[in-house]
Amino acid sequence: MAAKVIFDRDRCKGCELCVDACPVHILALEESTNRKGYHPAGCTDTSKCIGCASCARICPDSVISVYRD
Amino acid sequence: MKPVYVKSKGLQDTELHYCPGCSHGIVHKLIAETLEELNIIDTSVLICPVGCGVFAGNYLACDAVEAAHGRAPAVATGIKRTCPDQPVFTYQGDGDLASIGIAEIVHAAMRGEKFTTIFINNGIYGMTGGQMAPTTLIGQKATTAPLGRQKELHGEPIRMCEMLSSLGGLVYAERVCVADVPHIIKAKRAIKKAFTKQLNNEGFTFVEVLAACPTNWAMTTRKANEWVLGPMAEYYPLGVIKEV
Repeated sequence: MAAKVIFDRDRCKGCELCVDACPVHILALEESTNRKGYHPAGCTDTSKCIGCASCARICPDSVISVYRD
Repeated sequence: MKPVYVKSKGLQDTELHYCPGCSHGIVHKLIAETLEELNIIDTSVLICPVGCGVFAGNYLACDAVEAAHGRAPAVATGIKRTCPDQPVFTYQGDGDLASIGIAEIVHAAMRGEKFTTIFINNGIYGMTGGQMAPTTLIGQKATTAPLGRQKELHGEPIRMCEMLSSLGGLVYAERVCVADVPHIIKAKRAIKKAFTKQLNNEGFTFVEVLAACPTNWAMTTRKANEWVLGPMAEYYPLGVIKEV
């Protein structure tokens, strides 16, 4: 099952709610900063994504969209 | 690939001004999804509060009116009575609803005005800098209660759902939280139910959301959500408080 998680990087405030919500633990904050000056969240291993959309549901800033086959 | 979750059409493209990890953004999304699913984005009227939620009208895609501090239920009463076919809802924080505006909300519930109130309870005054609210828990520190809230001095926190449930005009009151995904799904269900009851002209509907304010609680977002699910949910029990 292929799934894709897309981040609107510059809207992210690095709150880490998605990192905690991910059941397969593949989200983490990046080393670099975005336009706002926060460390944005990103996916470390897309191949493990199950497309559950937990990250997207908990994101207060609508940064994340999730797609699945 | 098919979308599993994309941004709701009920939201505008504006970036939110809220602090990182603030629950307001999550509740905005739940309201937006509800408006979209019930196909009432174009007809709904939002009454904005004073407090952190003051700019809610810039974020949700429906029409919005700004009310004086705490007076959103009074403005909503006027709009709903003038336009009874349009869905009307207020979005209020605890400083707005449980403090300065407590008379307006109590009387709106008493009269059974047919609008919906979404009440954000984070137990603190967010926008003004973390002062104690009527909903601050016993022992919880605030800038105006540096030693923590004391029962003898400040009284016990108000449980708004239970208080309003004693009034005949209120047909539905539920307390939810958005601290994790399962609770977010339950919160969405409660908000949608409240709007559906309003569309059926049943009476006043009220949803209280226990929200995290990591900035003014001086906690990480993880700790803040643990606080919501722990001490807050213990004092403010989650679930349906009244349904007629």
